[in-house]
Amino acid sequence: MLARTAESLFWLARYLERADYVARLLQGAAHMSAARVDADRSSEWESAIIAAGCQPAFAAEHAQVSSAAVIHYLAFDTRNPSSIVSCIETARRNARTVRTALTADLWDTVNTTWLEMRGFDPGQLDDDRVAAFLDWVKVRSRLFHGAYTSTMLRADGFHFTRLGQFLERADNSARLLDVKYHVRLPNPEDVGGLVDYYQWLAILRVVGARRAYRVLFKGQVTPINVAELMILRPEFPRSLVFCFEQITTQLDKISGQDAQRTAEGKRLAHSLYAQLRFGRIDHIFGSGLHEYLTDVIERNDELGREIANGYLF
Amino acid sequence: MSDTAVFDEMGWPGETRAPYALVDAWLKSVPHEQLALKRREAEGLFRRIGITFAVYSEGGDPERLIPFDLIPRVLAQAEWQRLKLGLEQRVKALNAFIHDVYHDREILRAGRVPEQLVINNSQFRPEMAGFDLPGHIYSHIAGIDMVRTGPDQYYVLEDNCRTPSGVSYMVENREVMLRLFPDLFRRASVAPVAHYPDELLETLRSVPPPNCRGEPTVVLLTPGIHNSAYYEHAFLADEMGIELVEGEDLLVQGDVCYMRTTRGLARVDVIYRRIDDDYIDPLVFNPNSMLGVPGLYFAYRAGNVNLTNAIGAGIADDKAVYIHVPEMVRFYLGEEPLLSNVPTWDCRLPEDLKYVLAHLDELVVKAVHGSGGYGMLVGPHATQAQLAEFAALLRARPHDYIAQPTLALSTVPTFVENGIAPRHVDLRPFVLSGGDRIRIVPGGLTRVALREGSLVVNSSQGGGTKDTWVLEG
Repeated sequence: MLARTAESLFWLARYLERADYVARLLQGAAHMSAARVDADRSSEWESAIIAAGCQPAFAAEHAQVSSAAVIHYLAFDTRNPSSIVSCIETARRNARTVRTALTADLWDTVNTTWLEMRGFDPGQLDDDRVAAFLDWVKVRSRLFHGAYTSTMLRADGFHFTRLGQFLERADNSARLLDVKYHVRLPNPEDVGGLVDYYQWLAILRVVGARRAYRVLFKGQVTPINVAELMILRPEFPRSLVFCFEQITTQLDKISGQDAQRTAEGKRLAHSLYAQLRFGRIDHIFGSGLHEYLTDVIERNDELGREIANGYLF
Repeated sequence: MSDTAVFDEMGWPGETRAPYALVDAWLKSVPHEQLALKRREAEGLFRRIGITFAVYSEGGDPERLIPFDLIPRVLAQAEWQRLKLGLEQRVKALNAFIHDVYHDREILRAGRVPEQLVINNSQFRPEMAGFDLPGHIYSHIAGIDMVRTGPDQYYVLEDNCRTPSGVSYMVENREVMLRLFPDLFRRASVAPVAHYPDELLETLRSVPPPNCRGEPTVVLLTPGIHNSAYYEHAFLADEMGIELVEGEDLLVQGDVCYMRTTRGLARVDVIYRRIDDDYIDPLVFNPNSMLGVPGLYFAYRAGNVNLTNAIGAGIADDKAVYIHVPEMVRFYLGEEPLLSNVPTWDCRLPEDLKYVLAHLDELVVKAVHGSGGYGMLVGPHATQAQLAEFAALLRARPHDYIAQPTLALSTVPTFVENGIAPRHVDLRPFVLSGGDRIRIVPGGLTRVALREGSLVVNSSQGGGTKDTWVLEG
């Protein structure tokens, strides 16, 4: 297939996955902030900005972190390339340039999402409407996932789409978990306290995994179990190991590859996958969760660059 | 122009003409509220499918819908057969003419077409001289604009031999009509148009370059998503199952054209290009073009790739060259033309210019190289200031203009703001010339001037479209 087509499909999927993640982050922050007992309600919003990877850019424009500023910046600000509206705009532009590679259902899903988005007036949004908007984003993202999964030929177009989705998801899951490193607790002795507990619970809420957690761990929410779920559990479709199982599978299935040019990308993906498959959560905590996640995020970025390089993007 | 002179194709307000019997009965039975509802539904469909058209330099929504009118335009089979024969004949002559002017120039030497008109024309490409094309075909896809003034009076308004657009509307208008009014089609027997992309692909595959081995790889080259006809490019590539490429996807190495794929380079044999000559190869034509492919011209000359339509095909659709098409039919085919030209004054001739200036308020004046309804004057509808402006233009650059009488274009009932009313229409059938034969899908694109009394049907000037029916049997 055309290299440009592969590239556009890859980014189409990445941007819609990102829109979904940002919507989840904002809902999580709103929930956590409302549940908080102390006065420091901006901390959750700051953590949402960090988890979205937007902290430096946001800080450059805003002296203070407020819920309204964060919601606007992450959901509606067209100058932020990772805001939900920018993600949907970019995804639709990618879809338009490769219409011929999309099934009719898939195009309809992406285009209708874009058309409906234009109907939301960001100036008119109160809390209820913001909540409805974020729910809508999640629904559209699920619809996209379903539409491509159930209508695309299992050929290169599909492999690049899925590759984009799971590369993005791996990045998102790692950043989300890493947020705990940045979030302020009122006092150092609160580690393991009530606020801390709610923050770990909030991570599960963002990825919609409270039930999954109960099924797999059957007890109180503990940091080590949340991290194991998010990093090492192959049953959980947002865990890093699950994402890399998908990434390596798709990379191996892309047809007629130039063995030399694609070798480095495959090596990166498979070595990270092996590390995740055979990793142990006590080792990860022992050498530092934050360091571990930072390493995964960097290697994931490098993999993205190698894919572009290996397939002529 | 008096109203009595206008031919209404349904026969309004008099007796209904036979081809429109079903449409007339349908219009009498369907409430206008339902039509309004269906029209909104149609707009929704066009938006969802993404059938939009970009209008340049006007601000507002860059992705605009071309208004679609629900009331079909109908041609009887006999009416269509007549047009079809005339179209085949005309396009054969046009292709023979283009081949001739880039080879022996017999028609110029015989004095049947003025040599200066061709050789000094900006559409003439000396780069094409002496170069033999597969099947000697230059305009593989031609759109011939026709108007009608009476039951048996048809005129060709202009020939579009370069990159005519609009065919996706022909196909999609039918698609939408079938979804909105399935019962209507059960009662009529309308010739299908959905196979146009198959016919187009057959045509493109029938003109492989000389050095092509095996099945030709065909691609469609688009300027990209900002082009006004991008939807059409994507639609056609999709329907044909070929790659939709942009300039940056192609490259030329050793006079061979390749596309960049995830597997590496893949050879390309036939390019259906929707980019103008000027932009197709910056090494030979406009050096600032970012849309084209450096070296493509040399791959073309080396016989390693074929371009449709050919570089230089525009020499046949210049509005001053148009005057001589009937003569081309006689010269190359030895036949009398089946389709008439509109009588045309060539403003470069002093006699003609004098007449045009004296009758400006009755005539339509067009820029020779204009298209899309830009740079044109409709005398009877013009203000004094516009008339004065055009008179000055004509005196300053007479060779840039032609003039034609204001024709009483036929009308077809159209669903407008305050009900159903007659509106002027034209017709653009698409003629496909392959190495094997000529193919024409019955009908074409009907464009309609939605403003009352307006004769300008171009979508960039507020025109709309209609589904065009050719009745079977």
